[in-house]
Amino acid sequence: MLTSNKILSVGAACLGGLLALSPAPAKAWEPSHPIEIIVPAGTGGGADQMARTMQGIITKHSLTKQPVVVINKSGGAGGEGFLDVKNSKGNDHKLIITLSNLFTTPMATGIPVNWKDLTPVAMMALDEFVLWVNAEKPYKTAKEFVDAIKAAPDNSFKMGGTGSKQEDQIITVALQKAIGKKMIYIPQAGGGAVAVQLVGNHVDSTVNNPIEAVAHWRGGKLRPLCVFDSKPMPYKDVVADGKSWADIPTCKSAGLDVEYLMLRGFFMGPGVKKEAVNYYVELFKKVRETPEWKKLMSDGAFNTTFMTGDEYAKWVANAEKTHEGLMREAGFLAKSN
Amino acid sequence: MSETAHEAGGTGPSHRAVEAGVAIVIGLFGVIAVIGSLRVGIGWADDGPMAGFFPFYIGVIIILSSLVNLYTVLFATSGDQGLFATWDQLGKVTSVVIPTAIYVGIMPYIGIYVASALLIGIFMLWLGKYRWTIAIPVALLVPVLTFFFFERWFLVPLPKGPLERLLGLYA
Amino acid sequence: MFDDLGNLMYGFSVVLQPHNILLMVVGIVLGVIVGVLPGLGGANGVAILLPLTFSMSPTSAIIMLSCIYWGALFGGAITSILFNIPGEPWSVATTFDGYPMAQQGRAGEALTAAFTSSFVGALFAVIMITLVAPLVASFALRFGPAEIFSVYFLAFCSFVGLSKEPPFKTIAAMMLGFGLGAVGLDQVTGQLRLTFGFETLLGGFDFLIAVIGLFGIGEILLTMEEGLSFRGKSAKISLAVVIKTWKELPRYWLLSLRSCLIGCWMGISPAGATPASFMSYGIAKRISKRGHNFGKGEIEGVVAPETAAHAAGTAALLPMLALGVPGSPTAAVLLGGLLIWGLQPGPLLFVEQTEFVWGLIASMYMGNIVGLIVVLTCVPLFAAILRVPFSVIAPIILVLCAIGAYTVNNNSFDVVMMLVFGIAGYFMKKTNYPMAPMVLAIVLGDKAEESFRQSLLGSQGSLGVFFSNALVSTVMTLGLIALFWPLISRAMDLVLRRGSAARA
Repeated sequence: MLTSNKILSVGAACLGGLLALSPAPAKAWEPSHPIEIIVPAGTGGGADQMARTMQGIITKHSLTKQPVVVINKSGGAGGEGFLDVKNSKGNDHKLIITLSNLFTTPMATGIPVNWKDLTPVAMMALDEFVLWVNAEKPYKTAKEFVDAIKAAPDNSFKMGGTGSKQEDQIITVALQKAIGKKMIYIPQAGGGAVAVQLVGNHVDSTVNNPIEAVAHWRGGKLRPLCVFDSKPMPYKDVVADGKSWADIPTCKSAGLDVEYLMLRGFFMGPGVKKEAVNYYVELFKKVRETPEWKKLMSDGAFNTTFMTGDEYAKWVANAEKTHEGLMREAGFLAKSN
Repeated sequence: MSETAHEAGGTGPSHRAVEAGVAIVIGLFGVIAVIGSLRVGIGWADDGPMAGFFPFYIGVIIILSSLVNLYTVLFATSGDQGLFATWDQLGKVTSVVIPTAIYVGIMPYIGIYVASALLIGIFMLWLGKYRWTIAIPVALLVPVLTFFFFERWFLVPLPKGPLERLLGLYA
Repeated sequence: MFDDLGNLMYGFSVVLQPHNILLMVVGIVLGVIVGVLPGLGGANGVAILLPLTFSMSPTSAIIMLSCIYWGALFGGAITSILFNIPGEPWSVATTFDGYPMAQQGRAGEALTAAFTSSFVGALFAVIMITLVAPLVASFALRFGPAEIFSVYFLAFCSFVGLSKEPPFKTIAAMMLGFGLGAVGLDQVTGQLRLTFGFETLLGGFDFLIAVIGLFGIGEILLTMEEGLSFRGKSAKISLAVVIKTWKELPRYWLLSLRSCLIGCWMGISPAGATPASFMSYGIAKRISKRGHNFGKGEIEGVVAPETAAHAAGTAALLPMLALGVPGSPTAAVLLGGLLIWGLQPGPLLFVEQTEFVWGLIASMYMGNIVGLIVVLTCVPLFAAILRVPFSVIAPIILVLCAIGAYTVNNNSFDVVMMLVFGIAGYFMKKTNYPMAPMVLAIVLGDKAEESFRQSLLGSQGSLGVFFSNALVSTVMTLGLIALFWPLISRAMDLVLRRGSAARA
């Protein structure tokens, strides 16, 4: 025992010496072949758009020597993509962009994936959620809308949203709790379709992300009532009706104590090199400085919080707890099977 | 397929036997669908059918129609009384299925390019009776073209194996 | 109206700049390649090439990308006709008569008919977009879940009852398709179903895997059975076949017009090109005098689905531009492109981005013309592929099928499933189970179920929602008529015969 320990420690010392001798190893890491970005959602969705925009920005500004490849693995509400990354142990060239399904998919379906199986890299942005109604409807403020719901019997109002047991439905459940009335939740395949259902008056309200509904707001078809954030959005440029994103009040101020932000961040597989993670963090910092990225952020009224390392991991851990609470309350957790 | 042994010609499985087999296999899928649906609930909740509602009845219909098909095959006098295919024909079919099955099986381990070269080469040499001088260039050229097309120009990564790793072409 | 024409002329002047014409040709060629390779497909092709266009101006970029889209639409027909492998869902119906034609040595004719029909369909839709865009856009808004379901219902109804195979085999095959389509995540409840805990089944069975296996691999096995002699007689490989086919095509103007209308309607409603192609084929088969010949290599059976699919594929761009809702997966990717270039699709796009919108519409005209010229000149080349000996082309097809199956979800297990489907296809085909209803069910089954259940969520379980307004009731009634058409036509026959007997 003793001897083997000794050998080990001697070996470790040698190795340490070697590492110390080799010139600046932390800086030296560079991708040696194409970088894959897994999108756990279909082509054309929000995460896909963000990944492909980043791919375009990286290519245009030659930020990496190796090409960036975007791959969609949307099966099982993204579970397929997460499983793939989880199983890519030590692969320094594979990243995954996540949305809330990082939490909701494993919880709702029982697919064996947890963010702790992955290596957090960076939070790129947070996506806001806004309560929208059709502009033909008389509700000018969130309060008027809520009062109308309260005055009607249960299940009189229809809420459209993306997917089932995912972020939109979680917000809906939280809304129901705050209002004290039930609403009908109608799941659609994608955010664009949800907004159009609202324009066509097939549902009464939606909680679309800004980027999904902004065109209809500008076209005078939809009206934003409030944003599910603790403070109003910072973008002050006029969008429609002489109003800007910053003019939309928080839902809390309208008496709806519901807050929800969606993570747009990156993870890697387990056991990847620290140097690789640092490389990607630096890469993303460069991406954030480009005009194209800034334009995407302001077009979509994103919350541009950027986090890395422990701070990011802590945020994710908190978000997981929040989701678990919300999902449990809503009865969305998968039966243990 | 044991019926065939009694036939005078004995040169292949009878059409009836195979048809009965197909009906049974399809029926089994129906059973699987029914079992799977029962797990997720087959009822009609107050807001419409549950997740297993449609698959359950689909499964039931598959089972019922397979039973009808099986009955028709076994007891009705009409229908194809001849051979499904001769053993010789089935042998030819198997001679494609087996290499393809091996191809599909080894692909995740040795990569799609090496596996494809082997498949094309073996197919041309063994089944096509081509000379080495033709088969080998074709077998090498197709994967190389595929590589450039997918990996380099379209940036679509395909499964790769030890050879690509050796060549430093990404693992 | 005159403003629009002026704008369109301006659009043409943008498109006809030399570098844009060059981009157009490049786009078409890339698109054809993407469409020919199964699995890659239009949506993937556009998505993959999208980032390359960021350094171009939005107008040039959309010209190139939409040309990739047209090219892929054209290219999808090639493998369907030559090898019975549809690369896109809407090419499935093209195989029904296109492949038999190729087997009879009429590949050139089938390809010419397919390309020309595609062109006619797309052109019709573009003209519609040019003339009545705002009107049509608002029509799309009337489609809620119930209306969408009614359209799927009509697509199914106009198609079933067509097959000559024993009815219980048709039912079994179709239900098998529905069952396979149901595997994976249930969109409405977010539950996994029929996966039995297998991680590989999470994504369900993609239509393309099933089709590559059932049609492509199954066909190779059937061919092998008859030895290595290729069944297709070597096709005539001269451009004369194009002229000859063109002389014949005007005869089907009524069929084309009907298919165009079906296609435009389906493209604007969110149902898309796939139901359009099946519906158009189904209706053509019923109405045509040579309906009994459909499935055996009838040129009308190529014209009908191709015209409708392309009219729909093109018309689907209209809701994308005007409403920001994509009518097809490829349109969804193009939509992402618009956002990346900083263009907001929506009602204001037509007002704020005149150059872009009319440039795009002009490029629809030009792209299709350029596309038609490119693919038609290549007809002899494509048909010549059939002259390659089977023992050379078969393994290459197998390899391309495997690549196609893999790229759908980047999953090796899908390649295994492709082979399983291939063997199943061989046995089912030989025992007279019809493939078409099964594939239709895999393609549209889960979508139909989803919209059915969305409708019932909205109506709180009442089936009355399917007859709640004029639009949905009309479509549902049409569907019911189509479903019971064999009975109705027999009854009408009886009445007519009695009538004529009485007169006599």
